[in-house]
Order: sequence, then C-alpha cells, then structure tokens
Amino acid sequence: MNWEAFWLTVQLAGIVSALLVAIGIPVAYWLTYSRWRLKFLVEAVIALPIVLPPTVLGFYVLMALGSRSPFGRWWESVTGHTLAFTFEGLIIGSLFYSLPFAVQPFAASFSAVDPKLLRASASLGQSPLRTFHRVVLPLSKAGLVTGFALSFAHTLGEFGVVLMVGGNIPGVTRTISIDIYDQVQAGNYASANQTALVLLLVSFAVLSVVYGLNRRTMAVGPWK
Amino acid sequence: MEVKTAPATAPAKTLPDQSKLEVRIRKRFAYSERAFDLNIHFRAAAGFTILFGASGAGKTTALDCIAGLAQPEEGRIVAGGETLLDSEASLSVPPWKRRVGYVIQDLALFPHLTAGENVAYGLHALAAEQRRKLSREFLNMFRIEHLRDRRPAQLSGGEQQRVALARALITEPRVLLLDEPLAALDRPTKSRIVDDLRQWNQTHHVPILYVTHSSEEVFALGEQVIVLDAGRIISQGSPHQVMRAPRLETVAQLSGFENVFDATVTALHESRGTMTCRLGAGPMELETPLVRADVGSKLSVGIRAGDVLLATESPRGLSARNVIEGIVRRVETRDVIVSATIDCGGTEFEVHLTLAAREALGLAPDKSVWLVLKTHSCHLMVK
Repeated sequence: MNWEAFWLTVQLAGIVSALLVAIGIPVAYWLTYSRWRLKFLVEAVIALPIVLPPTVLGFYVLMALGSRSPFGRWWESVTGHTLAFTFEGLIIGSLFYSLPFAVQPFAASFSAVDPKLLRASASLGQSPLRTFHRVVLPLSKAGLVTGFALSFAHTLGEFGVVLMVGGNIPGVTRTISIDIYDQVQAGNYASANQTALVLLLVSFAVLSVVYGLNRRTMAVGPWK
Repeated sequence: MEVKTAPATAPAKTLPDQSKLEVRIRKRFAYSERAFDLNIHFRAAAGFTILFGASGAGKTTALDCIAGLAQPEEGRIVAGGETLLDSEASLSVPPWKRRVGYVIQDLALFPHLTAGENVAYGLHALAAEQRRKLSREFLNMFRIEHLRDRRPAQLSGGEQQRVALARALITEPRVLLLDEPLAALDRPTKSRIVDDLRQWNQTHHVPILYVTHSSEEVFALGEQVIVLDAGRIISQGSPHQVMRAPRLETVAQLSGFENVFDATVTALHESRGTMTCRLGAGPMELETPLVRADVGSKLSVGIRAGDVLLATESPRGLSARNVIEGIVRRVETRDVIVSATIDCGGTEFEVHLTLAAREALGLAPDKSVWLVLKTHSCHLMVK
C-alpha cells in the first residue's frame, strides 16, 4: 500500500471538490436562472468531460498549460516554473474533469426550489441574490453535498487526465490510480489489490452518503 | 358590448380622488390555451377592494403586474404616491423594491424556516433586537406566538395563513395583494383572520386587493368590488350594486334560453331595482332586473320556456310583475313536455308545461291565455 500516493490523491480530491463548490455554485446559478437562448451550448461544454475520453481532455489541458500557450507563458512568468507535470497543473486539469459532477447536482437542486418561494421572497423585499442566499442555498443542501461528494469521488479515481497532465512523479503527481497501474506493471498484484480495495471502499462510502442523502428524490442519477 | 353597463376604461367617479392605488395595465395573458388581453384601469382606496371573476378572467395576472412579478406590455401603476410602473417612461421598479405585500393561495411559506423566522424574513434591514421585538408583536397580533418554533409543515391550514399574512404585513407594505389566501379555510377561521386583517388596516390604511371567485366572499368582505371577465372590468361598485343585477351574460350563454328577444330599455326604476324594456319594435314591455344601462340601451332578454306560467283567466294579486295577454298558436307534445307557442301582440313566446297542466288548462290553439313572468326570470344579455 502506497500511502504517499493515497494522501496525495485525497489532498487533490479535497482541494478540487472544495474549489468546485466555489466555482460550481455561481455557474449553476447562471445555468438555472439565465434565459439566454444559447445556454444549452454552455451546458453541453460543461457536460463534455462525462463522455470525453480523459486522455483527450488531458491532452488539451496539457496544451493549455504548456509554455506554448499564453496562459502557460503567463504562469511561467509569474511563478518561474511551468504548470505541466506539477500538482497545481493536476488541480487545474481535475477541475475541468470533475466540473459537471459538481455543477449538475447544484443546478438540479437550485431549479427544484419552488419558484413561488422566490416570488414570495421578492415581494418581501429581498433581492435575487439575497433570495438565493436565504432560500435557494439552504433548500439545496442535499444537492450541494451531492455535488461535493461526487466530484471528490470522481477526482479520487481519475487516471487519464492525471497521466497526461501530471505524469508520474512520486509525491508530486503520482496518484493512487496510477500507483495501482504501476504495481500491476511491476507484477505486485497483492499490493495493487490492497490499494484498489482502499479506493473501492472509499468510493463506495462516499456514494453511500450521496444516495442516502437523496433517498427520496433520486431515481437513477443524482441529478435527475 | 356597446352597452354602457360599466365604465370599462375609466374608474368609477364615486371613488375619492386621494385614492392610494391606481392601476392601468394592458397585458396579453394565456389561460388554458386561450390568449386574452388584460386591459384594466381602476383605482383603489384604503380598505378592501374585491377583484371578482371566474378562473382565467385575469385576476392573478393583474396582481402579478402590481407586484412586479409580471411585466405588462403597457401601463402605469402608482401606489401610495410612488410610481411603480410607467411604461411610457420605461420605468419599472423591481418587485423587491415595490413594498407590495402579496399572499397567494398556497402561501409559499419557507419550509426550512420556523414560523417565527418566516414572519421575520422581510426584516433583514433591521437590527436583531428590533427584529425580535417586531416579530413578537406580529406573532401576538395574529395569535401565533405559541407556534413560533414550528416549521410550516407542522402547522394547520389556518395557522399557515396567519403566518403568511403576518410575514407580509410586517414589512409595512403600501399595498396588500391577497390572491384567494383564505379560500381553503372554514368560515369561522376565515372571518377571524379577516377581522385581524381589518384591525391591522385601521392603523395602516392601505388598499387591500382581494381576489376571489366566490360571490359569498364578495358580500362578506367587500367595500368595493371590481368584476373581471376575460381580461376586462365589466362592472364596478358596491357588492350590492355589482352582484345583484348586472350579471350581464354573454352570447355564449344565450343557448340556454328558448326565448331571446331584442329589447330596448325604456325606463329605469332604481328604487325598486327594476327597469322596463320594450321587446322588439313593441308594443310589448317587460319589467326586468335593473342593470347599469341607460334608457335607450339595446339589450337582449333571455327567458327559459320553463320559467313562464300560463293562466286561463286574468290573474290577480301576484308578486310577478309581468302579466301579458296572448293567444295560443300551436301546442306540440315532445316526450313528456308540452311546448306551447303563445302570440302576445306579435311577439311569440315558447312556453313549456307538463301534460297534466295542459289538460287542466284545456290548452288548444286559439285559446286566450295570460303569461306570468317574474322579473328575475328575465335574463339580460349584452348584445
């Protein structure tokens, strides 16, 4: 069991899912309340990582982070090193990779809030933002926890994006799923099995929390 | 719809000029696949004003426009001296800045907040101490102090109504909109809540627009009634004026009447609530219920064949106001109903009676008869 890889992965998943709560809430707010005609395009872009091969996503993220892209150059000039093959680069790649797993449950729970409550809040003198804070967010608790837990679990198990963006640097970018791959390559089946089992149990525990929380409202997917 | 039965575009003159709410709205709205033009103009003073009309008449749309939750295509809304909407000036105050209290039938209490928190919800601008004091005051006024820590799901219907009203009133609205908020309550509960509401308004003097489709509520609450039909104000006044007579019926309802005549109003008898109408070119006249029509107005009168009584001798001492002499032209039997055609000086009436009545009267062509017709059997319709 490679504990270094395990803690690195938990750290990555924790940071990414926390950031996704901060990013996902405004994005989901916009998706829920915007009446823009072309909103569906944004929805499709956000959902892309669900169907896209992680290597494809990882490839583009790598291109965007590399020193040939404007963003990559800017990062280099500010920090003095490139983003590719670093823990920070891993975080950025994972943010894209797990974004739909946060945004979709958020948006679903926001739009499940009865519009009558929003109208009532408005006629009680509350601006839309204040209404969101006082009515929509508290009533979306289950959706928020679901989005956090799903993006956490999803980031835990990522492989393709990590390999493309982070490579395989022990203690920096070697996550648990890459470690399992390495163990298998090296013929250490017992060790691979141990690590895989830990990942399996953690993922199961997280999803149990999610489904337990949404017992009444969920049919198939947590965002239905 | 040319009869001047009600001022559809101008507010009634009887309202005081210092009225607190003026509403002029034109908006397209849809109700069960049909689209209407809501086109109304009225003023409301402090106290209850009832918006009365069937489902789909546009009542709720009107309230939504006043609250700012719907945008009319054109209009002007002034409440308590402040202009909330003026389409010409492209002015529309957002709903959360209008200070218009709005309570709807399903109340929309916040399910995650206690009764006390619901009531205090609109007081965000106040300091915590003041907020507590004020909400305690309102919980007491609406007799729900003991329910303060309960969630809406743990409250009865009447208790929920009280929370919703207290929550709206605590924000000191300059207009209060009530969209059938009491419809689901039993009568004693309802009247207690209305009493509380009246008491509150004795010190606040705000216009209260109360939407209902129950005529019983109109009489119970109304100081002023506005009757809406298909997006238009068809009548306006006290409950007595509005509900008693001018129940003007539309062409769609003509089909229920076997006898429909063109009529011209020849005289108004306001003291006894009736008027005289000449049928067709005359000379026959009927006494009908009073509607808000002028002498000379053209109307239609509908009379059900089953509402007409026949007598073979000139009847005396009747309460019915219309007794007309005529001659039987035809008598036909359809199943168990006898249909007689009576010629009254050129105007033909269809009268339905039973087989037994036909035999008792010895009804046959060329027989002289008297038609007896109650005033309220004459239904007036807009032509």
